[in-house]
Amino acid sequence: MKTSPWAVVFSAWLIAATATMGALFMSDIMGFAPCVLCWYQRIFMFPLVLILAVGLFPFDPKVLRYALPLAVGGLLVAGFQLLLVAGYIPETLTPCRQGIPCSTVQVEWLGFVTIPLLSFLAFLVINALLIAAYLKTSK
Amino acid sequence: MKQKHIFIVAAVLLLVAFVTGSYFYKKQQTEQAAQLAAKNQVALVRPDAPSFGNADAPVHIVEFFDPACETCRDFYPMVKALMAEHPGKIRLTLRYAPFHQGSEAVVKALEASRKQGKFEPSLETLFASQNVWVQNHVAHAELIGPLLAPLGIDMGRLQNDANAPEVAAIIARDLLDAKTMNVTKTPEYFVNGKPLPSFGFDQLRSLVGDALLASNSK
Repeated sequence: MKTSPWAVVFSAWLIAATATMGALFMSDIMGFAPCVLCWYQRIFMFPLVLILAVGLFPFDPKVLRYALPLAVGGLLVAGFQLLLVAGYIPETLTPCRQGIPCSTVQVEWLGFVTIPLLSFLAFLVINALLIAAYLKTSK
Repeated sequence: MKQKHIFIVAAVLLLVAFVTGSYFYKKQQTEQAAQLAAKNQVALVRPDAPSFGNADAPVHIVEFFDPACETCRDFYPMVKALMAEHPGKIRLTLRYAPFHQGSEAVVKALEASRKQGKFEPSLETLFASQNVWVQNHVAHAELIGPLLAPLGIDMGRLQNDANAPEVAAIIARDLLDAKTMNVTKTPEYFVNGKPLPSFGFDQLRSLVGDALLASNSK
């Protein structure tokens, strides 16, 4: 089956929108204070919802050029936080001095699903989808 | 256009999921808070905590507050006005929750002023001049001396009392009670043991109204 690039970018938008809603739910409804690294990831994730949506109507392959830097940036920050939580990077090297330390695990579903893991997976899939769409359209 | 429809349906579904999720989460939280409050009445009502109004009033408001908290300052006259609307019917008990940095020393002085019968004027003075001694959300206890002295407080005695271990013990107990009651923000109100369904003066007023009605029908 041949999926259109539109459907691929739409899937990336869906993930970004779900992640944005989830982040807002956890901070504004459940009351978890976001740590500094979470804010950096939000800075990369939230604009994707708008940028990808604009690129879908009418479909504009150039949107990939604008969206990918955000997706890559978010992936790097999320990866950094995962390493931090896992203890591979010592907390003293992080920018979090005030408020919630970014190595604090606030949620652990099913024993291993944490908020940084969800963020990392979301960015990973968004990157994969955007690259796939890029390859499709550049052919 | 089909793509547009898919997009709109997805966006609407996400929004609906968010709103219903919020609704059920809040509802569940409110029920849990009510159960917690019902289970921990001892932690909520301490007979030695500072209190205003008729001790046998049918409606008892317990407020966890921080003198350095702006919203506590803004709510204080509103709660006082509410009490004045229903004379003899409402009692207000204040519990310390010094969450601001540096605020604990100010609460110590406030509690010490109580020993000289100056709790109310001290509290009102601290609230009125809050922007003098609270800067960038940090309380500066060293700045409150000149504010309290004109109230006729023996400042030497105040300093001694503020450093007494029993004052520290009261604050520690109040903070522990706040933790037990899941109070993480100030001000937090409980009306006859019931927490506010959501934060706001209207919610407080309606909870007080319900309690007044319930006491009248008894």
